[in-house]
Formats: sequence, C-alpha cells, structure tokens
Amino acid sequence: MTPDALPDAEAALRALVERMRGAVAYDAALVGIYSGGAWIAERLAAELPGEHKVGYIDVAYYRDDYEISGLKSNVRRTSLSFDVSGATIVLVDDVLFTGRSVRAAINELFDFGRPERIELAVLVDRGGRELPIEATYCGVRLAVARELSVVVSRDPGGTLSLAVEPASGAA
Amino acid sequence: MKIEIRNGRLIDPARRIDRAGSLFIDDGRIVGDVEPPPGFRADRVVDAAGSVVSPGFVDLAARLREPGLEYKATLESELAAAGAGGVTSLACPPDTDPPLDEPGLVEMLKHRARQIGISHVYPVGALTVGLRGAALTEMGELVEAGCVAFSQADVPFHDTLMLLRALQYAGTFGYRVWLRPQDPYLAQDGVAHDGEVATRLGLPAIPVAAETAALAKIFGLVRASGVGVHLCRLSSADGVAMLRSAKAEGLPVTCDVDIHHLHLCDVDIGWFDPLANLMPPLRGVRDRAALRQAVADGTIDAICSDHAPVDDDVKQVPFAEAESGATGLELLLPLTLKWAREDKVPLVDALSRITTIPAAIIGLAAPSLAAGSIADVCIFDPEVPWVVRRDALASQGKNTPFLGHELEGRVCMTLRDGRIVHEPAQP
Amino acid sequence: MSTRNPQLNRNGELTHLLTLEGLPPAIITHILDTAEPFVSIAEREVKKVPLLRGKAMFNLFFENSTRTRTTFEIAAKRLSADVINLNIGASSTAKGETLLDTVDNLCAMNADLFVVRHSQSGAPHLIASHLTTTGREHVHVVNVGDGRHAHPTQGLLDLYTIRHYKQDFRALTVAVVGDILHSRVARSLIQGLTTMGVPEVRVVGPRTLLPTAVESLGVRVMNDMREGLRGVDVVVMLRLQNERMKGALLPSAGEYFKHYGLTSEKLALAKPDAIVMHPGPMNRGVEIDSPVADGARSVILPQVTFGIAVRMAVLSIVSAA
Repeated sequence: MTPDALPDAEAALRALVERMRGAVAYDAALVGIYSGGAWIAERLAAELPGEHKVGYIDVAYYRDDYEISGLKSNVRRTSLSFDVSGATIVLVDDVLFTGRSVRAAINELFDFGRPERIELAVLVDRGGRELPIEATYCGVRLAVARELSVVVSRDPGGTLSLAVEPASGAA
Repeated sequence: MKIEIRNGRLIDPARRIDRAGSLFIDDGRIVGDVEPPPGFRADRVVDAAGSVVSPGFVDLAARLREPGLEYKATLESELAAAGAGGVTSLACPPDTDPPLDEPGLVEMLKHRARQIGISHVYPVGALTVGLRGAALTEMGELVEAGCVAFSQADVPFHDTLMLLRALQYAGTFGYRVWLRPQDPYLAQDGVAHDGEVATRLGLPAIPVAAETAALAKIFGLVRASGVGVHLCRLSSADGVAMLRSAKAEGLPVTCDVDIHHLHLCDVDIGWFDPLANLMPPLRGVRDRAALRQAVADGTIDAICSDHAPVDDDVKQVPFAEAESGATGLELLLPLTLKWAREDKVPLVDALSRITTIPAAIIGLAAPSLAAGSIADVCIFDPEVPWVVRRDALASQGKNTPFLGHELEGRVCMTLRDGRIVHEPAQP
Repeated sequence: MSTRNPQLNRNGELTHLLTLEGLPPAIITHILDTAEPFVSIAEREVKKVPLLRGKAMFNLFFENSTRTRTTFEIAAKRLSADVINLNIGASSTAKGETLLDTVDNLCAMNADLFVVRHSQSGAPHLIASHLTTTGREHVHVVNVGDGRHAHPTQGLLDLYTIRHYKQDFRALTVAVVGDILHSRVARSLIQGLTTMGVPEVRVVGPRTLLPTAVESLGVRVMNDMREGLRGVDVVVMLRLQNERMKGALLPSAGEYFKHYGLTSEKLALAKPDAIVMHPGPMNRGVEIDSPVADGARSVILPQVTFGIAVRMAVLSIVSAA
C-alpha cells in the first residue's frame, strides 16, 4: 500500500467519534492504551458528549511476549483516576491487530476491580486477529500485509497521522 | 646402560658453561662431556639437536601428599609430574597427615620414593611435634631417617621463645631450619593481599606487614642465635628490602620465591578465581617487580614450584573457602624460562636458580654435567610452545592459575642416576 | 577465568546482577527507570502484575536475613513469580552438600532465578560462572549480599532514593559514614555513585573500619565526622554490627556514637536540604540518634518502599535477558 492510498487519520477519528456519539454511555470512562491509544482517548473525551474520565494503561507487564522481547525501558505508569469496580469502560487503542494488547489491557483492568462493562474503540482495524476480540467502535478498516505495521503518530500540534512501516524485528 | 646425548646445547651452571656438545653416561654417572671415554659404545644414542641439556632441576617445595592426603595426590602421580617437569631432586615439606615428625614416616616416604625411582626425594622434617609449635621433634632421628632440614611448613609459629629454642637446638647439630615468614595475627583469616583488589572485592586481607613483622622477628632471632635460616616464599617488595639489608649485614640467611609470585599479582584474582588463591597471597605489581629483580641480582637465591596438588572439590567453592595452592612441578621450567626471557637473564644463570643454588640450600653436592657427576639430567626444548591444560599435566592436581596459558619450554627427557625416567611418546 | 563482565550476556544484556562494579551507567539508569512505574503497583487493588508468571525464583540464603528475603519475596510475588524459600543454613550445607551441588539440585527442579545471599565474598560469581560452564545460561543469579563484597540491589535502591530526592547525580556530595571495611552495602553504593558521576563521595569512619586501599574506590577519606558532613547533600549511615563494638576495633558503642553517631547537631553541618539514609536495621543511639532517624530529613522509610520497586525491576530485567 502506498502512503497516498492510506486514509487520513483525522478523518478516521471523525468517523470514530460519529460512530460513538449516541452509542457510548454518557459517563463511560475512556482508557487509552499507551501511547497511541492515550492520545485518541484524550481527543474522544474532548469531542464526545457526556462526562468522560480518562485513564491510561501501559500493558507492558501484562504482555505475553515478555519472554521473547523482554521489558521495554520506557514503561509508563498505569493511571486510572476512577474506581474501576462497577465502571463502564471504553478501552481505546490506535490500531487493532492480533488482539493481544487488548487482552493484556483487559487483564490489567481486572486487577484494579470488576468493571460493569468494557467496550473497545480503535482508530484502525487492520485485521489479522489471533484472539476472539472485536472492536465495538472502529474508525476505519484496512487490509495490510502481516509483515507491515501500521503506526499512528502525533505531531506537536496534536494532529494524528497514519503510516505503514516494515514491522520492527521482521527480517 | 651407556647413553650418548649428542648435538645438544650443554648448559652447566656449576661450571657456568653454555656450549654445544655431547654427554656420555655410563653406570649412573657422567663419564664425559666432550669426548667419550676410550672404548665407550652407547647402548642408546639420544639426538638432542635444538634442545638444552642441563642438570636435572632441584625443587625446594613439592608436596607429594603422602602420607595421609592420597585423595589429593599420590607419590606415583606426583613423581611422574616431577619427571615430566625435569625435576630430579625435590624437597617435600612436612605438612602431610600426620606431619613428618617421626622417623618411621620419613623412612616409609623415602622407601616408597626409592621404589618409584623417578626423582630423589628429600623430606623436610617437622620442626615441632605435630607442627603444633609446642615441643621439638627428635631431629637427630629424623635426620638419620633422611630429613634434610626442618620447618613448620605453612603452620604459623606463635611462640617466639619456642622458635628461638628450635633455632638454637637445630643449630647445635648444624641442622637447617626453613621458615615461611608470616605473622599469624596479622595474617589471621586473610586470603588476599591487602591492596586495591581485596578492597574492591571485599576479601579478608593479609597485609605486607604480616611478612615484614615476621621477617624482623626471624632476623632478630638469627642475629641472637647465630643460626642460619632459609626463608621460604618471600612475597613482598618490603620483604625483599629487609632481606637485602640482612644479607648485607652478613646474616646467614637464604631465600626462595615461587613461580607464581614471579609472574602473577593480585589483579589475577579477577572475579574471585579460586585458582589464584595462593599462600602467601599474590601481591601487588610493585611487589612482583621487586621479587623478579631480587632473583636476578641474587638477593633471593632460588626459585621453587611450591607444588601443592589440590583436588577440584576444594577449588570449586567461594574464593576464601578454597584451599590455597597450585600444581607446579611441571611449570617450574617454563616459568623460570619465561622470567629469564622477559628479564633478559642468561639461561645459565636462570637455570642455576633451579639447580645448583637450591641443591646447596638442601645441602646436596652441586649438580653438574662434568665428568664424574651423577647423571641427573634434563633435556628440554626451551622454545616449544604448549598450552597448560588439565590433560597436559601428569600431576593429579590439575589446578593452577596458569590453566589456559601458553608457555614455552617443555621437557623432552629426564634422566635420574643415568636412567631414563621420563620420555614422552614422540608424536 | 574470563575478564568479560560476568553479569552481561553476549548481547551486553544484564543476565545476572552480581555487583555494581563495571556496570555501564546506561544499565543502571535503565534499572532505575524501570523501577519507577513499579512503585505504583503497590497502590493497586491487586498488588500484582503477571510479568514473571510461571517463573520459579529460589531464595537461596546461606546467611540469615528475614528482612532482605522478605523484600525479594514481595517483589517476586508482585511480579507473579513462584517463590521458594530455602533456609540453606539448616539443610544442605549442614549435611555436607557443597554450594554447587545445591545449585545443581535446584536447577534440576527447574529454577529460573536464584536470589543468593552468602557469607563469602564471590559466592554468587561462583554460581553464575558454574551456570555458564554447565550451559545453563537461562538461569539467572541476583546477589543480595556476599560477604564484604557487594549488595547491588541495596546500592540500586540507594541510588533510586538519591535520584528521587536530588535528581542530578552530577552535582552531589555524598557522605557514607561508619564501618566501610566490613560493609558490602558501602562498596556497592560507592561503586554506584562513582559510576553515575557523583563528583564527591566521602567516607567517614575510624581507621580500624576503613579498608587499607579505600581511596582506590574513588572516595575522599575523612576521619572527622563534622568535617565529613560539611556541605553534603546526602548522608548515608551504615549499620554497626554488634560484634564490631566489643573492643578490638572500637572501644565501645558509646564512644562510637560520640565520634560517628548522627545527631541533629552534626546534621546541621550538612546542606539544609540534605537527606539522611540508612540501609537498616538501625541501631538507634549507636550510629543514629532517634530525632534524626525519625526527623523530616530522614528518607529511611521511603528507601524501603523504593526497595521493592527496584527489586522488581532487577528481577524483571535479568529474567528477560
């Protein structure tokens, strides 16, 4: 896929907001998975109607590839400024691929309490699932070869963009 | 058996000779080193081209571990190591189990050694009963049994009055006393030189003062009694300086250093290598330099192997728990050669440190290649490189800090009393 | 024996933690950075993350220490590792089993990680090199105190604490007070501080409690406590073991306190914002006065909290190597 053929990230975000508007609970907490998911959660909280607390989650300690990849050095503090027990939570991630990060994030959430409900919002669903996990809300769907990775970045002005790169660690 | 060793480089420290030549041996003695005697017909001719022909080496400290410590080594294994190292005469310290404090033990040791017959074994008797420092041994009986000197091995002497009496008594009969200078209180449970390495690694330390304080005491007693002492295994620059002035003063003292301290220092402990656990401890770079210089200028008289075969079980433990000591008989020659090469000491002078001089300290006739001498001979290639590996050592003790090192100089043949006692299979 | 740093694997990753000596500053920084987010795990409802789930960590204590053993047990459990405590003093060695036999046996029980305390300097190095020569590079060793040699996790938690309160190592003066000679804590701390670029590390104590070549560690030696504390940012008080007070090295605990005990009056010579640290357990009235130990500048309890996070960081980093 050439860069020209990639959808615009801001357009995908607008699509995501539209799909969530009216569907998501007015008091649902938005929990972004570091780092891309965190940016998107903040944007969603600003643009969706309702009272949305924002939390952040770093799934490094819950990943299933620690044995292979080790611990990355810039693990950030998981920070959930609300009571997880009984809460309605929308997990927010930038790209949904194998589903393993979402699995790790759900596990981590449960170590903080028993949520009432967990939904999943993603900017991009690129297919390739290895676990039975699907997004509740999705900005855009893409078909991308397995050996490539879809990367969301944010410029200093806060504008999101999409890129496709060779996956790190791929031969 | 008549043997002709031809085309060799004959080095005879006794006569300070270093020249090409042949050696003729008959009935255990050297019968000529230029021309064969009239009618000499060799049963065996040994071609020594490219090799040095020297008197067999004399080692002042080789533990054979008998009696009592056969799990570490046996006379068979260690005398084989002596043969492989070109050592035809060796003195063994009394730190056996039980210690060599009774004539029966000494006779048995001499008898066993004679049966094996590779090397002349000269036991050093215990100076005190059980090496306990409390009662003198029956030195007269022990000398009759074959002891050439008396020592405490590495067991410390706490009681200074007792030490003076031991010197006086031995001196009465002209027996030699060998002492390793180390103050037991300052050495305590130390395992490493009190310097940067011990500080860094947190190892209990032995200060240089443990050696100098003991030397001061020994020199004081030598001065008081007039009885000579041989000092074993000097380790420090300060100790060398004291020895130098004692000799200048005319005190009757001699001294040896071991091969490890000529080449290694405390830095070689690395990350707690138990193979570098030696006693006295490996000291600093400055100490090593002073020891090498002292051997070159004759302040230190002789070089010994301080051969101490130890089993793996006591080395595969934390550094301070490891038994000190290393196998050395087979390294005496290559490490003496290495020192001579590095410090530009003529070979004939270097070899005197492991032949004539230690022989005089034991009280033996000077080993020589001159006609009429006993045919204790070593033929060695001074330049052939070899790697010190466990399977390259005949000694049962495979532990030495030189494991893995490449050394130059290897024995091609050892003869004792005109008999070939070591001859490796030709490759 | 190899001169390669035995703690690093072929890829330069930390596979054992044996000492802080010779560790690149980047690795120390990585450990401290990794520890930071672990601090907050203690605040969760479930004080646990599944990072080391299924790993078997053996607490191998040849020397008793309930305290250190417990902190490692907590750290490992918060990482979901299985913790097996062995009181070796009472079992194997008493029956004549050698250190390496014990290690071989535990490896046969599929140990992944050994947390080792031993009264002999270098014992953890011996275990690590044995694991290498027997082809068991996947088993890791963490030294938690060997003889007088090293206590690297204590050194790291001290560094973490100092960084937490003082930020920049390169502008600090640190005084370490007390029994340096017998202290593995002091050696590891000094090596850590000098590695991280602390420009002045002072050691303060009587000459009977200083190693002969202490200057070679890169420190300034001060025998007078008041001089030693003047203008420092950090004061680290070392524990004085009971057996040192019996006359051979020091006349009495009372005289030691007079010369080297930390009182408010002596602490006043340090910078106004200086912090006071102690590896614990404290001897109140011997090396430290209670008003100082409990005072506003004491960070002795935060050290304990940070200690768990630092140990979690070490366990998770070596396990991944």
